[in-house]
Amino acid sequence: MPDVAIAARNLQKWFGEDAARTVAVRDVSFDVYLGEMLYIVGPSGSGKTTLLSMVSGILRPNEGQVAVEGTDLWSLTNDEIAEFRLRKIGFVFQDYHLFPRLTTAENVAIPLILRREPWDESVKKALTYLDVVGLKDRASLPPVKLSGGEQQRVAIARAMIGQPDILILDEPTASLDGDTGRNIVTFIKEQVLNAHRSIVIVTHDARIYEYAHRILNMEDGQLKGITQGQASAK
Amino acid sequence: MKGLLTLAYKLLVNDRAKFVALLVGITFAVFLMVQMTSMFAGVLSRASSTVLNIGARVWVMDPAVNTVASSIPMPDYVADFVRSVDGVKYAVSLYSSGALVKLKDGAFQPVSVIGLDDTSLYGRPPMELGRIEDIYAENGFIVVHDSEFEKLGNPKIGTVFELNDHRAVIVGIAGASSSGLFGIPTLYTTYTRAQQYIPSTRFTDAYILVEPKSESDIPHIKAEVAKLGYLALTSEEFISRISTYYTYKTGLGMNILIMTAISFIVGLSISGQTFYTFIIENLEKFGALKAIGAKGRELVWMILFQATFVSLVGLGLGIGLCTCVIFLAKLRMPNYAASIVAGNLLLAFGMVIIIAAISSYIGVRRVLRIEPFDIFRG
Repeated sequence: MPDVAIAARNLQKWFGEDAARTVAVRDVSFDVYLGEMLYIVGPSGSGKTTLLSMVSGILRPNEGQVAVEGTDLWSLTNDEIAEFRLRKIGFVFQDYHLFPRLTTAENVAIPLILRREPWDESVKKALTYLDVVGLKDRASLPPVKLSGGEQQRVAIARAMIGQPDILILDEPTASLDGDTGRNIVTFIKEQVLNAHRSIVIVTHDARIYEYAHRILNMEDGQLKGITQGQASAK
Repeated sequence: MKGLLTLAYKLLVNDRAKFVALLVGITFAVFLMVQMTSMFAGVLSRASSTVLNIGARVWVMDPAVNTVASSIPMPDYVADFVRSVDGVKYAVSLYSSGALVKLKDGAFQPVSVIGLDDTSLYGRPPMELGRIEDIYAENGFIVVHDSEFEKLGNPKIGTVFELNDHRAVIVGIAGASSSGLFGIPTLYTTYTRAQQYIPSTRFTDAYILVEPKSESDIPHIKAEVAKLGYLALTSEEFISRISTYYTYKTGLGMNILIMTAISFIVGLSISGQTFYTFIIENLEKFGALKAIGAKGRELVWMILFQATFVSLVGLGLGIGLCTCVIFLAKLRMPNYAASIVAGNLLLAFGMVIIIAAISSYIGVRRVLRIEPFDIFRG
């Protein structure tokens, strides 16, 4: 049995109260294992992003627990959760959210800067990670000068630079063409995933399902089932 | 923290359009505020020029006097009484009045005439040319070399003009620490000659200048003078009284205050609006920082740093611009009444801090309200 990186139990989340209450996630439990690439899939409004936010320490559930590497995430204070995210979790947002006024290298260095590491050393270290994603020669450019795929790789480098145990990607291929999307996911799987790291991806892009170890199917806020991905079958 | 502040600095400065707009707004506001208050300070300083130039420690006057120029002559016995008060080292009468002089070219020029005590010449000005004793010479007058000097045709020692059909001769040129408010030249002569040359009222003692034996004697002197129905003020109190009069009783202070407040509102509006737009445009980015792991207080520090940095740079530029304008204005107009004093700078600093505080407060509220989940939701 592989080690559990994230254990989510009986997660519930609703928005609004009384008659205006909308339940986004209903009693969802699952585990994410180390060395695993787990997909959360489902139609729009099925609760994928809400679920991802709860397991990554961004959105407090109304009910249920999330244990990340044995730590009960939602028993921590807000500052402790922020620190936990900074140290343990790397994020790749759907729209990348790169800073247009910073260089590519400075964007990648942000997690280290938030960890209070010196600016120059952080930017220097960012060059190493830009090299990993094949963009070292673009280090001094602002992100707006890069293509969508390149920006995605910058966002991945930013998520990786803190060497987090868990990588969270929200719709990583949504704004990329098929080939670029597949290249990105291949890159993540080959260069980022390892035995000590888990990757959770929210997507509804069926073109990349083949890379998943397991796939969580969400519908109307409920977990409809967990299927083994093709990668696992291989 | 240094890395975070560097990040904040780069986010601010690299957004050139917003940064320049913020700087322009604050610089303009500071310029207007400092300019307005400097003019006011200049006016107040000049309104008290006679007090400063005469340099007496204590001034005795009619209680209705509000400014040096509006003196109310006192009977001779007041001076005698003051001399008799315990603690008075000596006391002399001062003549102060306005007059018209007829210049060599036939033009008439209003002047302010100060008549010094004949015996002591107490309150004498520092001499630039000639000797103070020459004031005793026949028809002798000493002219003050201030910004109004040229209105008398740049007189030299020996220059002759008419004063109320009397011959007057310049026997010396004096310096002055401060020029007068009303843009007219100043002449010094003896008390007796001033009385003889200028048509006078029944009483002629505009002020009685008092030198106390010690500072501790001043309260007693003031009390004794008050018993006689007159007012004794130290030079600082007299200057303060003049300032209070111009500030609160002439409309000048209120107008300056209104202009300063308008400058503040303009600065606050421009910089507040621009800073708010800057925050709104970067709101998602701040949300992303939060999601990555930035704590709320770290984002607050970043915003405070940005607001403080741009405000202080704007303050420096505004003061620099104002200094340049006043310097250039004084080159062209030597009697331009504006002076930057510590009070102006403190006021501008305080106003800028308020602008920074309000601007950053608005930004901080928005940034603290953004939830990282909003970034995921898109």
